[in-house]
Amino acid sequence: MFPIEEYHQASNVADAIQALSKDATARILAGGTDVLVRLHGGNSDYGRVVDINDLDELREIRMDEKGNITIGALACCSDIIENELVQKHLPMVAESLATIGGPQVRNCATMGGNICNGAVSADSACAALVYEFDLVVEGVGGQRIESINGFHTGPGRTILKQGDILTSFLVRPENYTGFSACYRKYAMRGAMDIATIGCGVALQMAGEKITTMKLAFTVAAPTPIRCRNAEQVMVGEVFSEENLEIMADELEKDVAPRTSWRASKEFRLHIIKTLAKKEIRRAVKSQGVAQ
Amino acid sequence: MKSMNVKFSINAKSYEMDVDVRKSLMDVLRELGYTSVKQGCGVGECGACTVLVNGTPLDSCLYLAVWAANKEIRTVEGECKDGKLTAVQDAYVEEGAVQCGFCTPGLIMSSTAFLEKNTVEDLSSEEIRKAHAGNLCRCTGYQTIVNAVKTAAKK
Ligand code: FES
Ligand code: FES
Repeated sequence: MFPIEEYHQASNVADAIQALSKDATARILAGGTDVLVRLHGGNSDYGRVVDINDLDELREIRMDEKGNITIGALACCSDIIENELVQKHLPMVAESLATIGGPQVRNCATMGGNICNGAVSADSACAALVYEFDLVVEGVGGQRIESINGFHTGPGRTILKQGDILTSFLVRPENYTGFSACYRKYAMRGAMDIATIGCGVALQMAGEKITTMKLAFTVAAPTPIRCRNAEQVMVGEVFSEENLEIMADELEKDVAPRTSWRASKEFRLHIIKTLAKKEIRRAVKSQGVAQ
Repeated sequence: MKSMNVKFSINAKSYEMDVDVRKSLMDVLRELGYTSVKQGCGVGECGACTVLVNGTPLDSCLYLAVWAANKEIRTVEGECKDGKLTAVQDAYVEEGAVQCGFCTPGLIMSSTAFLEKNTVEDLSSEEIRKAHAGNLCRCTGYQTIVNAVKTAAKK
């Protein structure tokens, strides 16, 4: 049995906000693939839960007439991966989520949870960063929109406050239309593993020239990050292998990998540079420029 | 601790009961006698506790029993009907995909869900391995399991 001390099943978003704001230590329970694991391990920080699993309105995936795509925070990875809108417009979201855990985990785990628990290794974080997700948050003061840029503030930390609940992700058409995007997870195993490094890129070209490029990493710093210095090397330039090398050196200014039992700092830096080059090449190729 | 009154069906049999909110679906299934549902890791890594909820395979150890309210649960006990094994079970026997058997109920449920969704006869080993990546087996080395899924797809 899970050591749950206090359990509240929220009946709607307002009810969840109320339950969370009157209990300073209450945590949101969504797909359960993080919270229940921690509870199983006896972590008492998770003993008081507000269960939002009944809020089916947070599972919706839809597009409005302007092309804004909404992905409900409670949509599970498998539903997002199999969604036609996502496959057509946000293929890298599907590609990233498919690297999480295994099938059973993906059938429960939510993208909302993956982003909100603040893990440095969150597989959907690169997609959120390169597609520049907006996060629709409801809280005591009503609804507000937060950018994914700056959302993560440290390992396991985000800007969300007690009483806040992420209800959906909003992806704007200018952030996906015409982009080629791809993600690669470097891990020791092909499934059921945590990323040693995750790398995502989205770019747009006009002829041979890269006009926009967004490069993001997980596990390369204390939070998932965008790499503005490296991006600048490539943007406005004709794609070339020489430029890729300069970009790889410039990356050292953007990242701050560390040594852990999974990998050393040096090895991580090597993987960061290698993946950046590989994924940029892959994205360039799918923009139609033969390599 | 709080309990909630929930209704669900297990292998087409209806249940209505008060469920302690702290219990996983795995706990409740085992208490009700569905002991094919195994606990390996208890944290979503091994898949020995895999059951189908509304046709979807999930780790019942990481699923609160109260979440199963109004849903249809399937465990391997319900697969064999009138003493007749399913195509998947038959194929596991035929291909020798069972050794100690601890992982088998979970794997059978993963294979069953996978083949209900993918009805083509020609499945690549890669696809099969991906679809079974959430089920660990310490004995077989997986090749016989992949063979069994291929064989079952043709039945
Ligand atoms: S016991 Fe549930 S996944 Fe291992
Ligand atoms: S047959 Fe023994 S664990 Fe799979």
